[in-house]
Amino acid sequence: MTGAPTIVALRNVGKTYDSGTVALDGFNLDVQGGEFVALLGPSGCGKSTVLRIVAGLSEATQGAVERPDGNIGFVFQEPTLMPWASVATNVRLPLKLAHADDAQAHAAVVQALARVGLAEFAEAYPRELSGGMRMRASIARALVTEPQLMLMDEPFAALDEITRFKLNNDLLRVWQELRRTVIFVTHSVFESVYLSQRIVVMTPRPGRVFAEIPIAAPYPRDEHFRTSADYAATCRKVAEALEGAMAEGAS
Amino acid sequence: MNDRILRIALPLLMLVLVVLAWDLAVRLYAIPPYVLPGPGLVLATLNADAGLLWQSLLVTFTITFEGFMLAAVGGIVLAVAFNQWRLVEYSFYPYAVILQVTPIVAVAPLLLIYLPQPLAVLACAWIVAFFPVLANTTLGLNSVDHNLIALFDLYKASRWQVLWNLKLPAALPQMLAGLRIAGGLSLIGAVVAEIAAGSAGAGSGLAYRIAESGYRLNIPRMFAALLLLSLAGVAIFFALSALSYLALRRWHESAVRRER
Ligand SMILES: Nc1ncnc2c1ncn2[C@@H]1O[C@H](COP(=O)(O)OP(=O)(O)OP(=O)(O)O)[C@@H](O)[C@H]1O
Ligand SMILES: [Mg+2]
Repeated sequence: MTGAPTIVALRNVGKTYDSGTVALDGFNLDVQGGEFVALLGPSGCGKSTVLRIVAGLSEATQGAVERPDGNIGFVFQEPTLMPWASVATNVRLPLKLAHADDAQAHAAVVQALARVGLAEFAEAYPRELSGGMRMRASIARALVTEPQLMLMDEPFAALDEITRFKLNNDLLRVWQELRRTVIFVTHSVFESVYLSQRIVVMTPRPGRVFAEIPIAAPYPRDEHFRTSADYAATCRKVAEALEGAMAEGAS
Repeated sequence: MNDRILRIALPLLMLVLVVLAWDLAVRLYAIPPYVLPGPGLVLATLNADAGLLWQSLLVTFTITFEGFMLAAVGGIVLAVAFNQWRLVEYSFYPYAVILQVTPIVAVAPLLLIYLPQPLAVLACAWIVAFFPVLANTTLGLNSVDHNLIALFDLYKASRWQVLWNLKLPAALPQMLAGLRIAGGLSLIGAVVAEIAAGSAGAGSGLAYRIAESGYRLNIPRMFAALLLLSLAGVAIFFALSALSYLALRRWHESAVRRER
């Protein structure tokens, strides 16, 4: 991805909450256009905080933040759908809020639902869907504006392994189709290696970057990659880095 | 399915048993009608005084309905205003509470001095009914999923878009619960004010009929009027429950029938 413009740059970013909790301290991150970056770290290290700052939902208390203004997609840890609205209405929400043209909005919703394999469930209500389907609806909603930057906060953490693998593949397929930038938060070593081009390992609170590990394996990645020796070796390396990060936090 | 039949059959069975016991007691102990009229006599009175009672029912019902509508609109508008402008909430909320905690029986005579009677009755119905709408709607508006709020923020939604597309629909279940309470309370408010007013005339409602029958020891008519009053209350409750069910049945846990 060399040569692509930097679209997110965090310089020495710190975040202290009103409660006095120092969530981030001296955090640096650069993300180029089209990149798939994973943020990996233990629970409570400030991953969600980074994502919220990049999304503009939260202000850094220190340092400089460069981020695109608008057209960002955000997938929360929970599906976060409006229970009173059908899947199609939920997915359409970003366009509705932007007063998009009706016909265009409809076409975009149909396409986004097709991308995540929910075309048949457009008129269903969230409570009629399984957990994985709700998550896909949530992803479709983030995709519907074709955002240049997708922020995903442990979107598959609550799902079983089989569903998670399937959604991982779906996500990679969509990413390759659209070639948008993705920042993907996870605390699973395996997931981060499978999905991303680069893993940013964070230390426990206050979160800092402990290591950046590029994953050279080419895309498309599939079950062959998941069972390859290369994958296993990379996972080991990343797990070691994570352990190192935890040890540093403990000392 | 079985459960459904029981839910309807058991209360009906209870009703029949109680009425039978009542009738039996009146006959067995030869209780005079001015102490306790039997069910048959109450029904006969209901039939004989139908014109009078029906007209009174209509009066009470109209006032109750008007009081309820005003309470619904007032409670919801005030809740939205409180939610949108904190200063409005700080200024008015204490007085809404004071209005609620002061017993309406004590306020009614005062209102009757300052307002013409129909208006005073309406005001009483409104005062007791609006607070549950306000309190419940406020609770609903304030307990919207914070991630959904963040999502609306992310897409740069305006205040009104957030209110209309997020907060109001999210508050709907609580709002409807408030309305259901308000329905019963507005009937109580109207009755209290009518009894406090106590003046006769063509425009007098059911509660007045009850008070009047009491003075004249016309106990059977008292019972007949009371019966109509509680039927009116039940009708209001069912109408509002149905409204709530229709509005929520597709999505809210309280109304949805989960398939297993
Ligand atoms: N709104 C808030 N107010 C106060 N403290 C907060 C707030 N949000 C997060 N924190 C604190 O900041 C730290 C980092 O939180 P954050 O949610 O970013 O962690 P995380 O890495 O996403 O954790 P997890 O993997 O469990 O989701 C935590 O210690 C948390 O207690
Ligand atoms: Mg988090």
